[in-house]
Amino acid sequence: MAIMGLPEEEYFSYGHRACAGCGAATALRLITKAAGRNSILVESTGCIEVVSTPYPETAWKLPWIHGAFENAASIASGIEAALKYSGENTKVIAIGGDGATYDIGFGHLSGAFERGHDFTYICYDNEAYMNTGIQRSGSTPYGAYTTTSPSGKKSIGKEEWKKDLVHILAAHGSPYVANASIGYATDAFKKLKTAIETEGPTFVNLFATCPTGWRSATEKSIEIAKLAVDTGVCPLYEIIDGKHKLGRPKDIDKLKPLEEYLKLQGRYRHLFRPEKNKETIEFMENRVRKNLENLLKYEECGL
Amino acid sequence: MEASHAISEAVKLAEPGVIAAYPITPQTHIVERISEYVANGETGSEYIRVESEFSAISACLGASATGVRSYTATASQGLALMFEILFIVSGMRLPVCMTLANRAMSAPISIWNDHQDSISARDVGWIQFYAENAQECYDLTLMQFKVSEDHRVLLPSMVCMDGFVLTHLYESMNTYAKEDVDEFLPAYKPLHAVLDPKQPMTQGPIGFPSEYMELRKSQVDATENSIEVIEEVFKEFSERFPVEINGSRPELYSMVEEYRTDDAEIIFVAMGSICGQIKVVVDKLREKGERVGLAKIVVYRPFPKEALKKALKNARRVAVLERAVSPGANPPVFDEIRSLFYDERKRPDIRDFIVGIGGRDVKLDHVEKMHEMTKKDRGKKVEWMF
Repeated sequence: MAIMGLPEEEYFSYGHRACAGCGAATALRLITKAAGRNSILVESTGCIEVVSTPYPETAWKLPWIHGAFENAASIASGIEAALKYSGENTKVIAIGGDGATYDIGFGHLSGAFERGHDFTYICYDNEAYMNTGIQRSGSTPYGAYTTTSPSGKKSIGKEEWKKDLVHILAAHGSPYVANASIGYATDAFKKLKTAIETEGPTFVNLFATCPTGWRSATEKSIEIAKLAVDTGVCPLYEIIDGKHKLGRPKDIDKLKPLEEYLKLQGRYRHLFRPEKNKETIEFMENRVRKNLENLLKYEECGL
Repeated sequence: MEASHAISEAVKLAEPGVIAAYPITPQTHIVERISEYVANGETGSEYIRVESEFSAISACLGASATGVRSYTATASQGLALMFEILFIVSGMRLPVCMTLANRAMSAPISIWNDHQDSISARDVGWIQFYAENAQECYDLTLMQFKVSEDHRVLLPSMVCMDGFVLTHLYESMNTYAKEDVDEFLPAYKPLHAVLDPKQPMTQGPIGFPSEYMELRKSQVDATENSIEVIEEVFKEFSERFPVEINGSRPELYSMVEEYRTDDAEIIFVAMGSICGQIKVVVDKLREKGERVGLAKIVVYRPFPKEALKKALKNARRVAVLERAVSPGANPPVFDEIRSLFYDERKRPDIRDFIVGIGGRDVKLDHVEKMHEMTKKDRGKKVEWMF
């Protein structure tokens, strides 16, 4: 994959052991391109840590450290402080999956943002604990099947809505938070770069397809990540110094039908079998729409 | 000086690049004093006021991996919260240094002293020092950095000081000049691994069964190797900074301090502040003609096997005073000392007294009573002294 306008250097090299069609691997290529050579990466335990560092091999061409599952933001805090002490001007970037970020590492993340460390936290968001075998997380969307939120006679899959982490971090007073998708790589790259170059604690939620966990075709990872945006499930937006700035989808009345997105993924198959669960899909569509309306209102009001 | 402030002062002298700590009783005086140093510009250390102990040890991990000296302080529940990362710091061979204000484990919640916290962390791969008084708190803190950062060691360490009994104790003590300490303890310069864009390295990879065991073994070997380094550092320190206040510390620091053990028939074994009381009792009993002494464990990990064997081998009876338990098994220090003599033809009779749990006072007459019970061989092999 080469994308026009993006740096050609690769710091996350080929030969890693990620699955075919892994959205997180694409995310990491974008992240490292945006980071550049003068960066230190901190990784949470998760798929990417496992597939990229089978000792004594490594896929990383940047200084990289992994400690534990929940503490990437705290390790990053320590690194940032150490660099400050030594007078080094190196970017610190913490990376975690959604389990590490939304759930188990949430306290660490909140603490680091409150303290105002100069670092960027990037969540590759594939909406479940994929490394352990597709268990639900605080980021798993409503209606999705996971191995711990299975669909059944009394269940439509996960019954809670996804945690709105981007706004929670914005509420910490962060100068820059954003929601991006690997489906729109140039946009994601710009957001990552802005986050990394902005002083203070910044955050990017980077939506990344997981064909293994989502039960989707490996060649459709980018298409699905685009559809998530075009159906309004994953709106692209930034909050810069507390002010919203929206990207796609531009027109709320021209959203693609949610079904187009859901149908490509086995994790939503139960919503179409034995017959279509119209009620649930409509509920989801309304909630997606409502969320977009709110974002638009924020932007209109200069919030 | 208060022993907590002695620790803060020693940390200031060592000037870690990064200090990360979370307040917990009875450790607070240490971090409050460090906060004052930072507020007054008396130290160049970066001080991170983290949101939990878990975060404190994680920040120290990150700082140490970036190549600067790092320090934290905690107690009981805080150490327990750090537990996962304690293994990771030692496994990554990062020389993070810590002060542990020993405090009982909840439940029931207790802010008072025993050793259950650090004893429960004996297998995490950290070097453990135990201080008897304010002077030793100060000295051991300066020495722990040097031991941990030695390239033959590269392991984290904790100096354990008894909560309240030491943390809130004021004692006369001797302090050292910055330039002398700088000479003894130069800046930390990692040669093994560092996060530096000029030479990218991967730290903390996944270890498959084909590699993990060798890496684990190398960590165990390093812990064994640290014995030599600890002895070297103790010797160098003792020579550079001779005793100025009599009785405030041994003339020559050692892993096991032998107090009047030469011809002793009964030898107490203990760690930490309680050794002060035992020494007083030993002196008193000696005046009465009793042949009694004390073997004070200064370093509990690595376990000073040879030093303890040497100290105890001629005793008829050994009484271990222990401030921790292992429910369902013998108290840990007791068992470890007994196993030292399993292969020996001549071995002392060894017994255990569980004392001072959850801050229960251990008075001089208690120690005398334990001596009498040991001498007359009364009571159980493992006796709770309420």
